[in-house]
Amino acid sequence: MFPADLKYTKDHEWLKPAGDGTALVGITHYAQDALGDVVFVDLPEAGEAFGAGEEFGTVESVKTVSELNMPVGGEVLEANATLADHPEAVNEDPYGKGWMVKIKLAGDLAGLLDAKAYEALVGAESH
Amino acid sequence: MSTSVSELMKTPLNAAHRALNAKMVDFGGWDMPVQYPAGILAEHEAVRTRAGLFDVSHMGEIRVKGPGALALVEHLTPNAVSKLAIGQVHYTAFLYENGTFVDDLLVYREGEQEFLLVVNAGNSDKDFAWVQKHAPAFDCTVVNESPATGQIALQGPLSVDILQPLTKTPLDPIGYYFFTHGEVAGVKCLISRTGYTGEDGFELYCAAGDTEKLWNAVMAAGTPKGLLPAGLGCRNTLRLECKMALYGHEIDDTIHALEAGLGWIVKLDKGDFMGREALLAAKAAPAPRKLVGFKTLEKRDIARDHMPVVQDGKQIGFVTSAAPSPTCGINLGLAYVPTELAKVGGRIQIEIRGRAVDADIIPTPFYKRTK
Repeated sequence: MFPADLKYTKDHEWLKPAGDGTALVGITHYAQDALGDVVFVDLPEAGEAFGAGEEFGTVESVKTVSELNMPVGGEVLEANATLADHPEAVNEDPYGKGWMVKIKLAGDLAGLLDAKAYEALVGAESH
Repeated sequence: MSTSVSELMKTPLNAAHRALNAKMVDFGGWDMPVQYPAGILAEHEAVRTRAGLFDVSHMGEIRVKGPGALALVEHLTPNAVSKLAIGQVHYTAFLYENGTFVDDLLVYREGEQEFLLVVNAGNSDKDFAWVQKHAPAFDCTVVNESPATGQIALQGPLSVDILQPLTKTPLDPIGYYFFTHGEVAGVKCLISRTGYTGEDGFELYCAAGDTEKLWNAVMAAGTPKGLLPAGLGCRNTLRLECKMALYGHEIDDTIHALEAGLGWIVKLDKGDFMGREALLAAKAAPAPRKLVGFKTLEKRDIARDHMPVVQDGKQIGFVTSAAPSPTCGINLGLAYVPTELAKVGGRIQIEIRGRAVDADIIPTPFYKRTK
């Protein structure tokens, strides 16, 4: 539920550094579970840059919509094109096939939560 | 601030929902399942193609009985109660004098002078007070049976197949919007061929203490046939596809029955009733707004409840309910728009998070079952 190699935000995004200055970004298991069946993910084009906390897209489920916020500043290198036809990947595999954007990191990761801190946050929200 | 779970009201099936790992939400003060692990899409599809089982025990039941019962219900509701046969049920409303909604409801005719009124959970106390307030002029008793009553709704094309083995009451002869009394799985029930999904199905009313036994029996009989427990999430998408009104969305105390497209429940010639004067006047003057169905044109443009309908940067209407439609595969909604724009084939614009997007007015209901 909370992979240790990821960094997290309190808004329930995750970030996975590749070690080469790039990272993948998606939403957590907790977020996809709260949304329910995802039916559409609106993602930016490659080349667009966002600041930390800035909205870079939206994820729509049957019952609601949620903003996607960038965990750290960065430029979008690639958006996950398979989500256009398979938005359900966000529900089925939020940390794998359900990734949303690949970014070139422009900020440091110091402000992000580690798995333990995120688990504590989610535990507090669901009780 | 959300209400803590301990303060929420619970139906007799609360433990059953939790055992099924339902996701529970605060629904008008009730702790209710919004979905089960299968999810809204799967539950929606189960109801359209097989069957789904809903807990609707939160609904309110008010029994009106006595020599003045018919006259009281006729006075409080716009539909023609005297035309109901014993064993028949119809959709109607409580209206204020100005023709707007106290609530919408079902009226069951249990006897010549005995009626069961089934109202929305969130309005139950208001409705009971409303009926009580008007009852003294009529010779009848008014009893709030809500706390003592459980209700489950079996909905979907396999409903008869699933339910018939559990009861000696022949189900096929019960027509749509008719009901009878019988035993289901050994539980005394009011068996009503009604629902809020647009599919064939039954709403079963029983003593609160029997609800879990009844639920478990229907679940056991239906599961091998593809029945899923179904939550409020798919109940909303199912009713939206059929353009069935939801209080607080398509109807409320600012919207009158004619602009809501519910002229068919308003029998202006039946004699006097609450709201009749206002609706007669409304009928004489052209309504300034009308409820229409729309679809947005782009996959990414998903309208939601309460979003504004705009024209040249100004709000001219509002969305009452909207969602991606699981059955139709497009993004649907209902909206109040100025009457001059309310034509099928017309184009309106919805403001979605600051962006005005195109939507086409299309015929409703969006979905109609074939048999």
